[in-house]
Amino acid sequence: MKEFLEGSLAIAEAVKLCKPGVVSAYPITPQTHIVEELASMVANGEMKAQCVNVESEHSAASVVLGGVAAGVRSYTATSSQGLLYMAEVVYNFAGLRLPIVMTVANRAISAPINIWNDQQDSICLRDAGWIQLYAETLQEAVDLHFIGYRLSEDKSIMLPVMVCMDGFILTHGIETIEIPPQELVDKFLPPYVPLYKLDVENPMTLGPLVDPDYYAETRYAIEETQKSVLDLLPKIMKEFNSVFGRSYNGLIEEYMVKDADRVIVAMGSVCGSVKDIVDELRAKGKKVGLLKVMSYRPFPAQAICDALKNVPRVAVLDRALSLGSFAPLSSEVRAAFYGKKKAPKSIGSYVIGLGGRDITKDSIKEVFSLMTKDKQTQFIDLKPELLKEKYE
Amino acid sequence: MSNRPLFNSGHTACAGCGQSLAARLVIEAAGPNTIIVNNTGCLEVFSTKYPETAWGVPFIHSLFENASAVASGVEQALIAQGKKETVNVIAQGGDGSSSDIGLQSFSGMLERGHDILYVCYDNEAYMNTGVQRSGLTPFDTNTTTSPVGKQSTGNWRPKKPIPEIAAAHGIPYVATASVGYPQDITRKVKKALSIKGPKYIQIHVPCPLGWRHETALTYDMGKLAVETGLYPLLECEFGKWTSRQIQPKPVEEYLKLQGRFKHLLNNPDALKQIQAIAESNIQKYNLKVQASA
Repeated sequence: MKEFLEGSLAIAEAVKLCKPGVVSAYPITPQTHIVEELASMVANGEMKAQCVNVESEHSAASVVLGGVAAGVRSYTATSSQGLLYMAEVVYNFAGLRLPIVMTVANRAISAPINIWNDQQDSICLRDAGWIQLYAETLQEAVDLHFIGYRLSEDKSIMLPVMVCMDGFILTHGIETIEIPPQELVDKFLPPYVPLYKLDVENPMTLGPLVDPDYYAETRYAIEETQKSVLDLLPKIMKEFNSVFGRSYNGLIEEYMVKDADRVIVAMGSVCGSVKDIVDELRAKGKKVGLLKVMSYRPFPAQAICDALKNVPRVAVLDRALSLGSFAPLSSEVRAAFYGKKKAPKSIGSYVIGLGGRDITKDSIKEVFSLMTKDKQTQFIDLKPELLKEKYE
Repeated sequence: MSNRPLFNSGHTACAGCGQSLAARLVIEAAGPNTIIVNNTGCLEVFSTKYPETAWGVPFIHSLFENASAVASGVEQALIAQGKKETVNVIAQGGDGSSSDIGLQSFSGMLERGHDILYVCYDNEAYMNTGVQRSGLTPFDTNTTTSPVGKQSTGNWRPKKPIPEIAAAHGIPYVATASVGYPQDITRKVKKALSIKGPKYIQIHVPCPLGWRHETALTYDMGKLAVETGLYPLLECEFGKWTSRQIQPKPVEEYLKLQGRFKHLLNNPDALKQIQAIAESNIQKYNLKVQASA
């Protein structure tokens, strides 16, 4: 059924349809509406789950870790400082090979404190072993929750999934969204049957001390599993598409890339704006396109190379930084082409929309015009007058 | 299944380890229908070195400070599966993970009213990392981070009152126990698990390595700490405190057997201060055996 819904409420509806038995979260803007809505669904008897109000994000993540370890599908959501505060548990989750879906309402990191959108929070945790999927639209964000649980709980994967959606832009944006009926979700997402769990009938030790004789293999195994997601995710997407009538590829989306001479690479809601500009410029005969990265972890390097190898000029938009080095997404796109014979002549790096600064049509047009020049990382829409201020 | 050891021998604890003894008593009192959630620390390290484990019950270790929260999730999952009535959940950790880094998640667990028993194995310092002071290290103890020197007689603060802090959450059962009184540990664990809601037991577990006492004296060290009034055996049931009565011995009898207190023995003023802590406990908790009429 199509509904006109705020993003957070749509996510709560999606989570309800996934039937988690344990839900735990700690309030942080802009994630709060999701868990408020879940709490009210439980309070009204519309949803059957144990809701645990914790004293911190560290405990929120730990509670759902315990829930999954005991064999029950669980759910949590956070943002920004909350994600950093639970970072230790985030790593632990993947190391313990426990499946879950966590929604991250992407938000800037303090200091200075800023509640608005960029992607620095989830980018900080790109190395934790989680699968990271970035949504462009609300519909994608909703759908990625069903897909996320299915992928996470696959017995060949057993890794947690982060569904990243831009704070406010998606969490508080209102769109017409298709919330699928329960039967359809049940058909696609069977009940969670754990591969291993805390069970008094079959006792096992989870989280043992592992010395140098064994540790490296546990990390290697996660790395290999991440690689296998590159094969499995498109297959799961294909099944999802046939059940729900969508057209996801899973790893990347190519928008007018085939004959393009200039292509922007981006993740998240900004892709929608880029598509608009691509349409405008195409109408004027410019050969421009967009490559959307949907799966950032695992990083679909081969798919990106295949899509961009014949494109002369590429610009990568980053909504996060790796201070002191290259911006994260751009450095990975560049690395993907290392040693390849066919590659773009230039891969530019553009940092945009930090701390919620609006990304206007003009900002994106500027990137398309700048990519004719070769430069290192550039900040778009910086205010030079603010940089002149001195502390005296 | 019924004959399986719940905490097996062959683990790598030090000779004379009080914690391994207490951990076995706890799980044997709790029985096989128990899930253990363990903070990082000596116990987790010496009992679960991959590919071996000492545990005959389901056991999970996640991080240093989150056993209370992980156990909360385990308990909620058991409720969601309709299994909670038949399965005990025990969260446990050492004094550092319980009284310092894990205090927040511990308080959250108590406040939310989960049906979980939390056991703190109190060996009075961070022993796993090499004897650094914790919130439960006693006054004037010589540790690697509260060393004795020209300006110092050791740890500058008394033990943090975790049993009182736990009880202040209004939980139904709080107790202290000691490896010197094994049957008392068993009784308290069984009693705790018969009560629904959050429970806290803090067990004094001598550590020959950190206390620098003879490994054969573990049991005696536990007894002497109680008999001097330095480690009162307490129970708080639904807000009512009771204690085990003693015929108090001078604190010196306990201190003189341990390297961590050696610097106090020729220091009458310091000894007086320790004796005063014992006297205060004896008064506060009414520990002294009353002469029968």
